[in-house]
This record gives sequence, structure tokens and C-alpha cells, in this order.
Amino acid sequence: MKESAHRRQMLKYQVMKLLTQGALLLSLAALITVIVFILVRGLPYVNLQLLFGEYSSKNPTIKPALIGTLYLVLISIVIAAPLGIGSAIFLTEYTNNKRRLIHIIRIAVETLAGIPSIVYGIFGYLVFVIALGFKYSLIGGGITLAVMILPVIVRSTEESLLAVPRSLREGSLALGSSKVRTIFSVVLPCAASGIVTSLILAIGRVISESAVLILTIGMVVNKMPKDFASPGTSLALDVYYFGSHGYPEQAAATGVVLLVLVVSINIMATIIGKIYGKGELADG
Amino acid sequence: MNKTFRFIKARDNIMRGIFLFCAVFSIFALGCICVFLFANGVPFIGKIGLGNFFSTTWNLNNESYGILSMIVASLYVTALATTIGVAIGLCTAISLYKFCPKKIVPPIRQMINLLSGIPSVLYGLFGMVIIVPFLRDSVSPNGIGYGILAASLVLSIMVLPTIVSVSLDSLNAVPKNYYEGALALGTTKAQSVFMVMLPAAKNGIFAAIVLSIGRAIGETMAVIMVIGGSPLMPKGFFQSVRTLTANIAMGATELRGDAATALVATGLVLFFFTLLLNISFTLLKGGFSFERKRAQKTNA
Repeated sequence: MKESAHRRQMLKYQVMKLLTQGALLLSLAALITVIVFILVRGLPYVNLQLLFGEYSSKNPTIKPALIGTLYLVLISIVIAAPLGIGSAIFLTEYTNNKRRLIHIIRIAVETLAGIPSIVYGIFGYLVFVIALGFKYSLIGGGITLAVMILPVIVRSTEESLLAVPRSLREGSLALGSSKVRTIFSVVLPCAASGIVTSLILAIGRVISESAVLILTIGMVVNKMPKDFASPGTSLALDVYYFGSHGYPEQAAATGVVLLVLVVSINIMATIIGKIYGKGELADG
Repeated sequence: MNKTFRFIKARDNIMRGIFLFCAVFSIFALGCICVFLFANGVPFIGKIGLGNFFSTTWNLNNESYGILSMIVASLYVTALATTIGVAIGLCTAISLYKFCPKKIVPPIRQMINLLSGIPSVLYGLFGMVIIVPFLRDSVSPNGIGYGILAASLVLSIMVLPTIVSVSLDSLNAVPKNYYEGALALGTTKAQSVFMVMLPAAKNGIFAAIVLSIGRAIGETMAVIMVIGGSPLMPKGFFQSVRTLTANIAMGATELRGDAATALVATGLVLFFFTLLLNISFTLLKGGFSFERKRAQKTNA
């Protein structure tokens, strides 16, 4: 009697164990399928004509999207990087008073991080397209993206600033340098690779984003953007446009370009993070 | 000497002001978003009436802007996607935690982290080209592949990496001696994982669920490519419908004037949903960080 109860228990948990292993295989299979599908469908159509050729409705190209994406990355990082790093410095280095203010800033950053990108898109549409009268423009989209990636930069920069040992700051202050000097010549250099990692990840977010842009930059896939103020497109938007306007091959090919870009950006961030981690160990 | 000192002091104060400005910018940006959404959305809802706004007819020709069917579709898609995603993701995390060779865990984790960075539009493309035709040809009873099931499947794959890494983190944060204690009391390894470790990590797992609900309800691009897009009340899994996000994105490229303001009001509803989720996430995270602290104390 006891024996069989025990055996039943063992069997039950054996089954559960098998189930979880099945789930592991299933999720790996699903995620790998997505990647393999995009590579298989898209790779045959990736060629120089698609990348750099002139756009025509028969042979759509992604040259405008490459330029547009570059513009967007530039605008959003130039705006978000100083703001994000600055606020991370304030949140970590000036904590001795103004507890309540810091608490409110933290809540604001968390809330910004949770807002869906399409809501940012509406915001950008209302502010830049309507209120400021920019019409659809890369600069409007770029600024909206900057607000969107701000929480990403703040949080990860904060983490790498917190990882800098307190003793380094105290040592610097004890040697007579001012607080600002301590921040710029001791804390920031120590956290540099962590900050660079966070910026690279933010660039990845900008490149992958499309819902914001559909409302702010106009999805003009066939014209080269002239400057910051002209409407344009991005790689991710091109995937959507090609996919829903009857160019499945080009959509998959653009997807390959996008995938390669995003994955290499992530790998770069991981490598820099690893070097950073090792440096940390050596110091300790 | 005195002059240099004063200069340094002034520089310190100026830089402090600059850092303060940067930090306050987040509050300013959040305030702007709220003001613009409310100032444009609330008067519109007032104008057409709350009853009309939460009705089921969305027809631009006779100016009815009811979004109830989209709210319902959003809730269906989110619920289904999260259920599938959490079921598979949590099991994956458990398996990575105890039931698979230790050597393969780090590479799998790294791969899953990498996968969480894949642009959502690529998941949408995958859904449009693979999942929708598959559902249409071999599952759907009425020959339509678009709809709630397709969107939920795509989203459940998309939220998998988030669920796996957050719940694995929270499992790892549970003190090891809980496990050993359970073994010492005579449980099997599997029993102690399911009956002891899993309940101990529940706050982190709930946080993972809330996070993935947030991603699912706010996702636009992956959804619009597989949902169909008719503004109808969902009656089944295989029917062209529209979620809140799809409504905004689909309307955005063609609408002007009153209809565009209707999209802002839709965004306002979505914003409310995410605020609710944010608040519950903050509450849960309080418990989560407590768990982690406890773990650090006991593991150290």
C-alpha cells in the first residue's frame, strides 16, 4: 500500500519533470523557428540592389530606410544619452538629501518604461506633427524615440554607477578633489563600459522600434530623406510596409538585415559587458 | 586661493543643477505625455458621450467611435497570449533551473537574452507568413487564419524570453537551503522544486506575468500583421478583429480630424491599462526585492 503510494508520487513528479523538459524544447524550437524562417525566406533576396539601389515600385529598395534609421539613431542617442546619464548621476551621486524628489523621479522613470510604444507614437504625433507643425519628420520621430529609450539608459547607467566601489569616491574626495571632479574623473571612467553597453542596447531598441514611427515619420518608403526635417522610413517600418503591401520577399530580406543588425548590436553589448565584468574582478 | 575655491564651488553647483535638470526631465516628459493625451482625449470622449465611446460600433462613415469591441479583443488576446506564454515559459524556467544538464544552461540563457531583442515586427512577419496560413489551411473551421488565436500565438512566442529570464532569476534568488531542507525532510528532488522552490519564488514569477501582460497588451506591430483588422466584436478565435493598439496603428495612416482624435482617446484607454499594470508591478516588485535580499543574506 505504502509502496504504491510512493511509486505514484514518483511517477507524478517524473511526468511533471518530463513536461517541463518538453516545454524547454518547445520554446527553444519556437524561437529558433522564427529566426530560421526569416533567414531562409530572406537571405536569397538580400543583394546590393536591395540594399543600395534606386527605389522603384517593381524593385523596392531599403536605401531610404538605412539612411532614415541612421538619422533616427543619431537624433535619439544625441538627445537621450546626456539626459539619461545626467539623471543616473543625479540618482546615484546626490542621494544624501531630497529623498522624496528622487523617489518621484524613480516612479516617473518606471512609468515611462512601462508605456507602450504606440502611446509614445500618439504623443509624438500630437506634439510634433500637430502642435509644433513639423508635419511627419525624422526629427519628431527621433525625439519621441529619445523619450522612449530614456528609461532604458537611466536604469542601466544607474546600475553601472552603483557598481563603482564607494571607496574610490571617498578616496578621491579625501585627496581634495571636488564632487564634480570625482564624478568626471573617477566614477564615470570606472563605469564607462557599462554606460557604453547601455547606450548600445538603447540603439538596439531604436532600430527595432516601429510602432512609434508609424505615427511620427510618415512611412515614406520610396524617397530619400533630404535632412532631419523631412519625412522618412526605417528598416523596421519597411518590414511592415513590404509585408502588408505585397512584397513578401523584400519584407523577409529587410528582416534579415534588421536581424543581423540587432543581433550584432546585442552581441557587441554582451562582449563589452564581459570585459567590464572582468575589469571589475581585477580591481577587487 | 579663495578665488579658485569659489570657482570650484560654483562649478559644483552648476553641474549639480544640470544633473538635476536631466533627472527632472523624466517627470517633465511623463507630465507632457499625460497632458497631451488628456487634453485631446478627454474632451473628445465628453463630446461623443461615454456611452457612445464604450459602445460596440466603430463606423467612420456615420461617426460612431465605439471601442468596446477593441477593448474586448485586446483583453482576449492578452489573456490567451499570457496564458500560453506563462505556461510554456514557466516550465522552461523550471527545467533550466533543475532538470537539465548544468553545462547547457548558460548558452541557452544567453540565446534567450539575445532573442528578447528581436524586433516585434519580425515576429509579426513570421506570424503573417507562417502562422496565419497554417491556421487557415489546417486548423480553422471557417477558412480564416487571421484573428485572436493567430495574434495570441505570435505574442506568446514574443513574451517567452521575458517570462523565462525573469522567473529563472527569481527561482535562482530563492535560498539554496530551502531546497536542501526539503530534501532532508524526505521529498524527492522534483517534489522540492515544485512544492518548495516554486512557491518561494512566487513574487518574482508574478512580476514576470505582469511584465508579459504589459508587453502583450501594448504590442502593436506583431499584432496588426496577424489580427485582420475589422472593428467587430470578437465571436470566435478565427475572425478578423482589432485590438486597441491595432486600432491606433491602422487608423494612423489614413485618418484626419475627428477620427484622429478618436485614436488619441483609444490611446488614453490603453494608457490607463498600462498605468494599472505599472502600479501592480511596483507593488509586486516590492515583494520581489525582499525575496532577493533574503536570498543574499542567507546565501552569503
